[in-house]
Amino acid sequence: MNEKPLTIYEEIRAKGYSRRDFLKFCSWMAAFIGIEASGVGSIVHAMETKSRLPVVWFHFQECTCCSESFLRSSHPIVADIILDKISLDYTETLQAAAGYQAEEALQNTMKKYKGKYLMLVEGSVPVENDGVYCCIGGKSALNIVKDAAENAKAIISWGSCASWGCIQSAKPNPTGATPVHKIISNKPIINVPGCPPIADVMAGTIVYLLTFDRIPQLDGLGRPKTFYSRRVHDTCYRRANYDAGLFVESFDDENAKRGYCLYKVGCKGPVTYNSCAVIKWNNGVSYPIQSGHPCLGCSQENFWDNGPFYQHLSSFPGFGIETTADDIGIFLGVATAVGIAAHAVSTNIRKRKQIKEEVDNHRVTAQKEEGGE
Amino acid sequence: MAVATLNRKIYVWQLAVRFYHWLNAACIVTLAITGYLIGNPPAILSSSEASFSYWFGTVRFLHFLAAFIFFFNFLFRIYWGFVGNRFARWNNFIPLKKEQWREIWQVLCFDILQICIKPFKSIGHNSLAGFTYFITFLVFLFQAITGFGMYSAMSDAWLPNLFSWVVPFLGGDFAVRQWHHLMLWFFIIFAMIHVYLVFYHDYVEGRGTISSMAGGWKFIERK
Repeated sequence: MNEKPLTIYEEIRAKGYSRRDFLKFCSWMAAFIGIEASGVGSIVHAMETKSRLPVVWFHFQECTCCSESFLRSSHPIVADIILDKISLDYTETLQAAAGYQAEEALQNTMKKYKGKYLMLVEGSVPVENDGVYCCIGGKSALNIVKDAAENAKAIISWGSCASWGCIQSAKPNPTGATPVHKIISNKPIINVPGCPPIADVMAGTIVYLLTFDRIPQLDGLGRPKTFYSRRVHDTCYRRANYDAGLFVESFDDENAKRGYCLYKVGCKGPVTYNSCAVIKWNNGVSYPIQSGHPCLGCSQENFWDNGPFYQHLSSFPGFGIETTADDIGIFLGVATAVGIAAHAVSTNIRKRKQIKEEVDNHRVTAQKEEGGE
Repeated sequence: MAVATLNRKIYVWQLAVRFYHWLNAACIVTLAITGYLIGNPPAILSSSEASFSYWFGTVRFLHFLAAFIFFFNFLFRIYWGFVGNRFARWNNFIPLKKEQWREIWQVLCFDILQICIKPFKSIGHNSLAGFTYFITFLVFLFQAITGFGMYSAMSDAWLPNLFSWVVPFLGGDFAVRQWHHLMLWFFIIFAMIHVYLVFYHDYVEGRGTISSMAGGWKFIERK
């Protein structure tokens, strides 16, 4: 057995990748993270000198689409290093161990790497009724999160579930599905929203942590600025159609075939912060808008409660399904117009009487004055 | 002859107030039309490439331009509320005194029930109108804050970026857009009622309410 743990580079080589593959991977990552060319060296150096990063990856209220997305990242090394090499010490979906052995592995990692392990969370945490809606190994997700966060180095919330609560927290949120950052407050938490997040964004976030040994720069909502500071709309290749006022009116019209802007069929690109239009999906093949479908805004908080998907304006809460601000406005406008018309009619009826009285008054005053002289 | 019916001429609206009023009106009309177009752009079929036209971009530009003018004009009006004449002062808009509340009831009675014919004490804004304008000022502020909040995402300028906290504070981009859009209807309905009531008061009171915003003069019954 080795005295010293293998470095990541050594593990990658042992896995059968060439140095050329390794360097390509490092440059790729540097590009995603958005560091300058000279930074590639830091990534290479980090990979060559650092050893496994202990990771525990929890699955709570989720659909595993984040894991699925992660497996489809642009470079196979990504999945290899995280899932095989960076020591995924505990993950319900992929580990071979089960039952007591699995729980033991978790406890061992948390003890052995106290304060050093990275905690990845996929899925939201139900808090209603003491968290009974999600239990693993006899413990509620709520308790597991609190225990594991205690000695974690940092937490990454994968996907919209762990970042915002996602669909299971849609009104009326029966299980009290809660994002991680609302439960844990004393640890650095990185939100990587999306349903799922882009694989290369996930990999980029981990590689950044590994390389620079600190969390990437975050925006006000805890998302890495590198990936979430621009709107899909502002980076969209169909943007020119938006500025030209050329819109798809329905999915089967001529405009859709020409690839016009999907704004009027409900594209949420203008309110969605993500890298879809830049990094794209599945090896940079495409992204929803490129495939002719409006963005759903899956990486935005509350996107699940701001439907319908195929309508630009969201429906207004409390006014029935698909009632928009415009419907309410038009109703109030018509009501006002009717009120004004009725008022004008009654004013004129009254005013005629008033004018008559005033004219009579004048006549009386005039007569009195004449009589007084 | 009937001396009692002769009117006294009072200079009510200073030039600054009239200027503010009409610039504000122009801005609101521009903002409402362009804002509605941004929310519901008309269907256009064009055989040319997108790069040859920019009309929607122009509509948005006009909206942003009018918004900046509207915002600074509004700031100017707030300033004028402290230095203007007694009809322009801030305390016309906030009913702190008992008599202002009494007049609010009187105006409601006059406008809606059409029975209280006594002339109002106020010569400038009546207390209800003043209070309504105070509410519109709050809506101005709301529109400016939400508008700059949304604008901050696409701007590097310091002024809009002062408002970058707004979007997360109000619950995300969806909610901010929805509220900003809904408030468009506040302006439309306000304008309908406002214009009607100006005509109504001019007609019923005979104080020259309509012309006062052009020339500044009102005509009050001599006691």
